[in-house]
Amino acid sequence: MSCFDTIQAYALRSIGIGERLLPREGYDLCQQFTLIGSGMIWNVYFGVFALCLGFFFAVALAMGKHSSNPLLRKPSEWFIFVFRGSPLFIQFFFAYFVFLAVKQSMPFLGAFTAAWLGALLVLFMNTAAYSGEIFYGALLSIPKGDIEAADAYGMTGWTRFRRITFPTMLRLAWPAYTNEAIFLFHATTLVFFSGFPVLKQQGDALYYARYFADKTFNPFIPYPILAFYFILLTLAIVGIFGLMNRRLNRHLPQERRQKMRFRPNLLR
Amino acid sequence: MFSYCVEPDTLEGLTWLSCYLTTGKHMGLYTSVITVLVLLAITAPVALLFGFGGATAARSHFLPLRWFGKGYSAIVRGVPDIAFFMFFVIALDQAFEWVRHQVKCPDWPDAIRQGNDFVVCAQAKLPLSTAPEWVHNTYAFFLAVLTFSIVFGAFAANVLFGAMRAVPQAQLETAEAYGMTRRQTFWRILVPQMWVYALPGLSNLWMVLIKATPLLFLLGIEDIVYWARELGGTVNARFTDYPHGDWRMWYFLALLVFYLGFTKVSEVVLDKLMKRLTHGQATAGGEAQRRAKA
Repeated sequence: MSCFDTIQAYALRSIGIGERLLPREGYDLCQQFTLIGSGMIWNVYFGVFALCLGFFFAVALAMGKHSSNPLLRKPSEWFIFVFRGSPLFIQFFFAYFVFLAVKQSMPFLGAFTAAWLGALLVLFMNTAAYSGEIFYGALLSIPKGDIEAADAYGMTGWTRFRRITFPTMLRLAWPAYTNEAIFLFHATTLVFFSGFPVLKQQGDALYYARYFADKTFNPFIPYPILAFYFILLTLAIVGIFGLMNRRLNRHLPQERRQKMRFRPNLLR
Repeated sequence: MFSYCVEPDTLEGLTWLSCYLTTGKHMGLYTSVITVLVLLAITAPVALLFGFGGATAARSHFLPLRWFGKGYSAIVRGVPDIAFFMFFVIALDQAFEWVRHQVKCPDWPDAIRQGNDFVVCAQAKLPLSTAPEWVHNTYAFFLAVLTFSIVFGAFAANVLFGAMRAVPQAQLETAEAYGMTRRQTFWRILVPQMWVYALPGLSNLWMVLIKATPLLFLLGIEDIVYWARELGGTVNARFTDYPHGDWRMWYFLALLVFYLGFTKVSEVVLDKLMKRLTHGQATAGGEAQRRAKA
């Protein structure tokens, strides 16, 4: 089988298009690159959707935690505490078994036991909690003068939020939020190792890397390939978020623009 | 465990629960909590040591050593840590066996990597196939600890490298003015002062480490996740005196609460420690403390 055939057979294997069986012999570089790359579809899917949907929830959580009304503040605080204080791995397991139990009484909710929806929901809430805390920190450090100036212009409520609070918050939070995005994409590798079943061997990149490592007893090829793909992904995220950062700071003179740090503190 | 547990079928409510939670298998669950704590207790200092080594190497004036230090602290940046866990466990095992093979069977005729197999001579196997089971378990745990230490050492190297750069340059210049050598400046001025700058990063790292401990499960250790799945699953009356349905949800809820409590306690303790360490320091935090008192 030439490499072109392999790509045709396995490039979309992770979403069920192509050969039915995984390769059983050869295990050459072409097979490994194609199949692990195919698995990246899942990682990107989980990451992109969780991040985009989580963003709005995170803003809501940050506003809730910042609010003076305890009915809004307390639930937001607890939500953020629970999701930041416990391991994502355990959250996946817990959610999966909850969904299983719910499925028994309400079969129409059965889709949540599948990774594409159930794991996405967990990742969505997890990233919303972490980003919510980041945005909350940014809300606290908005310069007092900005708000006072808005008040002086007679801006209140929604207008003040849309024109002053929200853009400033994003600007302050952006470097940390980039960090969170990178971490979220890394966390997507946990999905198929944490209860959520892999249907018809349609897994993510790490699932296929482990498949090859188990078959060949040689970890020195599949894992570096996986690392290669993830470094590309990380660079892409840093690039895209850097562009957004430029857009957020476009009103500042060139030299005062906050430089995106290329040594992000990769801890959360 | 208790004397009234002889006939579990007749028990109800809390008495039943007290018997159920003290069965032999549950003791396995409680032991695995100790496994997690032992892992943390060993990994934290070892990772700190690796990190210190990495950060020092990254500051070295000797180019290859500096590359090594920078490369080591960079590996965790772009790649998911779980990929490293899975990689290092196999890679370290094979590396140890390879070295032992070279030492113990120097005139072995066959290649070690034969197609899809990794074959070393019987004396080089780790642990030996004749070894009792506890040796196998301990070896697996040792590999897991080493893997955790390497990965978290890289994180720590990042933090400590930043902290070393945060120590005010004037302090180091003063040391040089007093005629201290590079080595003396490093050990007497830089190292004692860097901890207060490193502490926020290190506390963060400790939290991440706590939250990474369930990944032991993926490294083949019988840890709390393993036991929660094992004990929670449906068991019918034929195999046990305590039949129940699928309780895995509740077991994982208990784990969730356990970790929440653990991180909360750590947070409180680390906050206290930070307050102690900033006392009297020439940093914004120290200044705020001084003002609050005055």
